Amino acid sequence: MADPNKPKAERGVMRWVDDRFPATQMWQEHLSRYYAPKNFNVWYFFGSLALLVLVNQILTGIWLTMSFNPSAEGAFASVEYIMRDVEWGWLIRYMHSTGASAFFIVVYLHMFRGLLYGSYRAPRELVWIFGMAIYLALMAEAFMGYLLPWGQMSYWGAQVIISLFSAIPGIGPDLAQWIRGDYLISGITLNRFFALHVVALPIVILALVVLHIIALHEVGSNNPDGIDIKARKDESGRPLDGIPFHPYYTVKDLVGVAVFLFVFCGVIFYFPEGGGYFLEKPNFEPADPLKTPDHIAPVWYFTPFYAILRAITFSLFGLEAKFLGVLCMGAAIAVLFVLPWLDRSRVRSIRYKGWVSKLMLALFAASFVTLGVLGVLPPTTARTALAQLCTVIYFAFFLLMPFYSRWEKTKPVPERVTGR
Amino acid sequence: MKTRLLALLLMLLPTLGFAAGDGVHLREMTPDLRDRASLQRGMKLFVNYCMGCHSLQYQRFSRAAEDLDMPRDLVEDNLIFSSGLGFNDQMRSAMSADDGEGWFGAAPPDLTLEARLRGSDWIYSYLLGFYRDPSRPTGVNNRVFPLVAMPNVLEPLQGVQEKVCAASEHPAEGAEIDPLTGKYQSCEVLKVTRPGAMAPEGFEGAVYDLTNFLAYVGEPSRLKAEALAPKVLIFILIFGVIAYLLKREYWRDIH
Amino acid sequence: MTDSGVNKGRRRFLVGATTVVGAIGAVGVAVPFVASWQPSARARAAGAPIKADISKLEPGQRMIVEWRGRPIWILNRTPEMIARTEALGADRLADPDSREPQQPDYADGPMRAIRPEIGVLIGICTHLGCSPLFKPDPDAEGVGVANWPGGFFCPCHGSRFDLAGRVFVNVPAPLNLEVPPYRFESDDVIVVGEDEETA
Repeated sequence: MADPNKPKAERGVMRWVDDRFPATQMWQEHLSRYYAPKNFNVWYFFGSLALLVLVNQILTGIWLTMSFNPSAEGAFASVEYIMRDVEWGWLIRYMHSTGASAFFIVVYLHMFRGLLYGSYRAPRELVWIFGMAIYLALMAEAFMGYLLPWGQMSYWGAQVIISLFSAIPGIGPDLAQWIRGDYLISGITLNRFFALHVVALPIVILALVVLHIIALHEVGSNNPDGIDIKARKDESGRPLDGIPFHPYYTVKDLVGVAVFLFVFCGVIFYFPEGGGYFLEKPNFEPADPLKTPDHIAPVWYFTPFYAILRAITFSLFGLEAKFLGVLCMGAAIAVLFVLPWLDRSRVRSIRYKGWVSKLMLALFAASFVTLGVLGVLPPTTARTALAQLCTVIYFAFFLLMPFYSRWEKTKPVPERVTGR
Repeated sequence: MKTRLLALLLMLLPTLGFAAGDGVHLREMTPDLRDRASLQRGMKLFVNYCMGCHSLQYQRFSRAAEDLDMPRDLVEDNLIFSSGLGFNDQMRSAMSADDGEGWFGAAPPDLTLEARLRGSDWIYSYLLGFYRDPSRPTGVNNRVFPLVAMPNVLEPLQGVQEKVCAASEHPAEGAEIDPLTGKYQSCEVLKVTRPGAMAPEGFEGAVYDLTNFLAYVGEPSRLKAEALAPKVLIFILIFGVIAYLLKREYWRDIH
Repeated sequence: MTDSGVNKGRRRFLVGATTVVGAIGAVGVAVPFVASWQPSARARAAGAPIKADISKLEPGQRMIVEWRGRPIWILNRTPEMIARTEALGADRLADPDSREPQQPDYADGPMRAIRPEIGVLIGICTHLGCSPLFKPDPDAEGVGVANWPGGFFCPCHGSRFDLAGRVFVNVPAPLNLEVPPYRFESDDVIVVGEDEETA
């Protein structure tokens, strides 16, 4: 039985709907009576922007499939067909290709916000884990999408990534062959990646986004002070430092949307290639299994992990370097999942943590960016050494966290949000 | 914290020096897609000198006519030579890939996306980079693309170019700069020794037009994008201002 | 959060302004998506006007060319054919004066053509899209009527048309056969798909 006390509209069409579907209830729970802390700063724009980019990717993606030809013979030509012959096809395609990079920029900033203010801490562990699952699915989505234009970089990038699986001892080579469905990356691989990219993974991502938001709205949003706004409520049960998400954060996010769209459209119209990072130059040549481009680099959003992979140039514990590299790369992503249990600090937000945490987070961010840059460049001895150093810092940030976060001296946390 | 992060990044920067390419200094060339006359001349050069071997398999004559402001009759009468090609067709070469492979050792590549693949600087430098080299089957070599299979098809216009020791305006032609003249002294300077139909400056202009045309062909939507961009950006700006005022109005409630 | 001091008018105005500008933006975004469903340059190239050489088309004969995936009939009608066709009236034809817009303005007269002897028709029955058979001879077999003046007979559902493509009465097809836009580039060359004026 439906809850007899659930909120309903007084009369009219909405009343009719509410008797059959909890529309008003959902509106209130997630927007008009969802109380968010009033001290959100600029870091809090990126969640809603990620949602905007997701909508952009789905819409433009649907339109691209209408003219794309998922075959080894026709894929490359059909992309040029979209760019030239389809009315407005160029715009839709650039919205999609630029959107992919924008998605990662927004998601990385969104994740960094979580690190800054301890948004992964109890009771938000599941919010973080669902978010990490979105990130993982997004990486798979982006990787498979990048094969579809069937350019040289599509082909050889996929070749490198799929070869990672062959590093797994024993089953590796068979596994890689199973993923390809052929002895080399071919139209068969392209076709299955297409199916996963346009149907399977979008469904997974959408479902995870729903879970992410439901989990968030169950426990409530964190804030830059990392304090619990539900601890102090007024007589009607509203958090004193909370404001309804709608209208206050909807109108605020609109400003963020405008700023984002200004930059996003600027890129689409003037620099759709993103300086060769959003659309890589070798990808303007059709895939050729017999000719590797001079320099293969994955798309920029994978390069930090790619640099970790390449940094492992030595064997250890009887594991060969290739497998160890794959293991480290996997661990670099996996360790993020257990972050909620690594942080033992008495406070959530970086504002009230000690100097060790601040230094470690700064080092971590710097090493992540450095790894990203190194992953784009061809390796040299000096660069490999630097990548190794950054890899150590990357893992030290997480693995030492249980110790430094507990032992360091923290600052007192205020009772109410500070509104800085 | 932010300053510390920045300091760290600055410390790391010098180690990141981006690779400067593969050693050959390219002559710079900035395409100007608004110069329709240059693009039209470039297209004429392309169909006359390049299209015998190279296709533009994604570029339609009709689209070029529309974008470059050329009437249909003019295109049909002056730019379409093959009876197998119509106004709406793509600019395909009459030569088959197999023939190309037989004659040159490699099929001449399609050039639709050449400007996006290699950049317009490269094309410009390549077309200006042929010099006499009797050891090659074609009699010429290329500074930008050593041992290239393609002959210098523009030789009737350019004349014969040779490597000589001289001073040059362009760093492309040598490493040593003479502090007195400000010119580059080298034995790698390319100089026309037997004149062709065009003077060297005229020929460089023709190569500019041809490269400019290929830059257009690489991304014909650029013309549309640049026409649309200011309108969209101004609209977003207006929306942003209104949204900001709205936000400020509502946030008066929050203390 | 109190209502005191809230300028409701200003607030309403800004909500309205944001909504209107936002809606204009949404329409602007929709334009490329909707417009991208228009025929692409490839489809337009495939559907471009075609040329037909009629120098070898003997009087009384018909040739078929393809335009936009449909059969285009080009007829060379003899004076007898024209006479028989012009003799038909409202007792046998549903729309003898071609009042329905099934032809360009310049394809006028009973023969629905620029030159009465040269007929150009889209060979698709206006009933359900079959391509009718050419039965030019008077009283041809298998058309199901007596006193046949020569014309077209659709085998699918028995619709009948005269040599100008006009539909007979008492058949399922509701309209005359369509006349495509066409023009004479020279006496012997017809361009199908292009109007006379735009030439």
